[in-house]
Amino acid sequence: MSPSVPLQEMIRAIRSARTQCEERGVIQRECAAIRAQFRQADNGGRSHNLAKLLYVHMLGYPAHFGQMECVRMIASSRYSEKRVGYLGAMMLLDEKQDASLLITNSIKNDLSHSNQYVQSLALCTLACMGSAEMCRDLAPEIDRLLRASNSYIKKKAALCAVHIVRKVHELGELFAPAARSLLSEKNHGVLHGAVVLITELCERSSESLERFRKTVPDLVQIMKGLVISGYSPEHDVAGISDPFLQVRLLRLLRILGRNNETASDAMNDLLAQVATNTDSTKTVGNAVLYETVLTVLDIKSESGLRVLAVNILGRFLLNNDRNIRYIAMTSLQKIVGTDHNAVQRHRGTIVDCLKDQDASVKRRALDLSLALVSASNIRSMMKELLLFLSSCPPELRSQAANGIFTAAERYVRDETVPNLIQLITNTSELHCYTVHKLYRALLSDISQQSLVQVACWCIGEYGDLLLRGDCQEVEPMQVCEDDVLDALETVLQSHMSSTATRGFALTATMKLSTRITDNVDRIRSIVSIYGSCIDLELQQRAVEYNALFKKYDHMRYAKKDSTHFCCCGVILFCSVNSFAFNVILEPECEQLTMHVLTLYGLTL
Amino acid sequence: MIRAILIFNNHGKPRLSKFYEHYTEDTEQQIIRETFHLVSKRDENVCNFLEGGMLIGGSDYKLIYRHYATLYFVFCVDSSESELGILDLIQVFVETLDKCFENVCELDLIFHVDKVHNILAEMVMGGMVLETNMNEIIMQVDAQNKMEKSETFIFQSTRQDR
Repeated sequence: MSPSVPLQEMIRAIRSARTQCEERGVIQRECAAIRAQFRQADNGGRSHNLAKLLYVHMLGYPAHFGQMECVRMIASSRYSEKRVGYLGAMMLLDEKQDASLLITNSIKNDLSHSNQYVQSLALCTLACMGSAEMCRDLAPEIDRLLRASNSYIKKKAALCAVHIVRKVHELGELFAPAARSLLSEKNHGVLHGAVVLITELCERSSESLERFRKTVPDLVQIMKGLVISGYSPEHDVAGISDPFLQVRLLRLLRILGRNNETASDAMNDLLAQVATNTDSTKTVGNAVLYETVLTVLDIKSESGLRVLAVNILGRFLLNNDRNIRYIAMTSLQKIVGTDHNAVQRHRGTIVDCLKDQDASVKRRALDLSLALVSASNIRSMMKELLLFLSSCPPELRSQAANGIFTAAERYVRDETVPNLIQLITNTSELHCYTVHKLYRALLSDISQQSLVQVACWCIGEYGDLLLRGDCQEVEPMQVCEDDVLDALETVLQSHMSSTATRGFALTATMKLSTRITDNVDRIRSIVSIYGSCIDLELQQRAVEYNALFKKYDHMRYAKKDSTHFCCCGVILFCSVNSFAFNVILEPECEQLTMHVLTLYGLTL
Repeated sequence: MIRAILIFNNHGKPRLSKFYEHYTEDTEQQIIRETFHLVSKRDENVCNFLEGGMLIGGSDYKLIYRHYATLYFVFCVDSSESELGILDLIQVFVETLDKCFENVCELDLIFHVDKVHNILAEMVMGGMVLETNMNEIIMQVDAQNKMEKSETFIFQSTRQDR
């Protein structure tokens, strides 16, 4: 009689329940029965009850009252009871429960049991839910098993050791010698476990990494054996000999060869061999190839090998199988920082993948496309990305938008201010309205630098329109010269204004000196203050404007000459700020300005 | 590292749930529901990799799944596992189940969930891949089952003797 019959009856009963409510009822009845059974003394059906409880737990119903029963079952001498007890321990117990400490002793005894299957149960449970204290207690046992037992136990002990190292890092030292000796085993399961253990040790401490670098020749030998050897039916998966072990070995070689010339040299031949000889028509072959490519790109490999690796990735990208395309993009993502140009070559294919129906492929393509945006391809990439944004699935929208903005910030020159000023200049019928509006905006808030800059420029340029006050589109406001100068001075003195903004304000103040009559002295004093400003740019401007005041004062009010005056101002402005000059061109003196600019060697 | 192995059917009913990290019962059920929700939305001919849900661990984790008839086999893994390797592992797992149960179907998994756990325990241990050779796995599982059977037999015969 199979021990699971009562379990099956219960399962049948649960399945025959037609509604959720009925199912709950059945389960509650069963749980009550199980609880009663647990309280009874030793009976023959203990394992059945616990098995039923575990099934109920899988469906989502509470099962914590079975924890002590697990402890009792593990301590039993019967294999069937131990088995269910350990399974229950893995499902119901964890480090935080006190009951987990109670099983430490049972595990210890079972680790030295004569029957290997009992030993394996103990190892499995320890690897699954062993707490740090349990690991510390039992580590010497595991080390013993790593050295002297059959291969079935050795492979399980190796993985158990990995778990112990993860929980208690210092114990890594304890397992290092045993791990080293396991590499000479023939059994693939043991080798696999050994490689995983060594990988974990190397990832945890750099001393281990140094020590295990010496094993690179051995690892290369093992790998060669797998790749070159004839057909081995035991480990063969679709024509490749133990691909799982191959993948693990390649990963370990990658960790050992990183940043190390000698180790990398030792692997070059092997990697070239694997890359060229592996059959890529089946998934297993691709798994090995993919791992090889990642290894080649991560270690210090020869350039020829690197080119081969990137080409393999390129081939993957064109593969019909979506899985292959997905992982190709994942690996390209890893190397886009270091081998940027190589990845750029495949930009077209990657951008095409943005249009794929598969959401996972789209996500990978988006990540990669954003990483490939550069100053040279930004226009075409943005077109594609914006197209993608308009039709992409909702969960990717924020990432796409974020990426687009970041790229815009990085690669696009901020030309709002010059463009806006150009726009204003060209719309002469709105000059009056614009300057009034901007003046009002300036009065209320001077924190937005671009706005303040445009406002200052307009006041400087069209200050006479502002002071005249007659504008139909806005409500009438009497603005006197002092008000205007106050506003500009506020901008000049505010700590919120950037240097560029102060430059605009200073020039505007200067330009106003031709448009106003009463406060020229005030302007002169403002400008001269900045003659000793710490900022070099402002100081230079102020000094030059001061010079203008002194030398060209007689030209100030002549209408015809005002254009020349403005022109000189432009020239001076040009020489100190080659960025803004293409904006501040008076149309009448364009020819003259061009002439002078050529003299200075400046271009527009 | 493999964080969890889930098998559920087309309606989201769990047929096997093995977690290699501890979660509370409520969280476990939530994870199953969320995984089912993510996986059932997928078309038939898209790739088998899904970026994981928020519950089970965030950006480092992926769901690798395969859909066979009425069942989804989902492995939730982190970046230290090879994606294609896990895909092959699922294949080996299903083939092993097929060998052990003679043309396995969903009902086999429902009524013999403990046996499925035992088979899985020979393949994945503590979240790490233990053995991938199908014949080796089946040999060990058979030996353990034989041991259990012989115990029951002894137990029954001793009872009769009394």
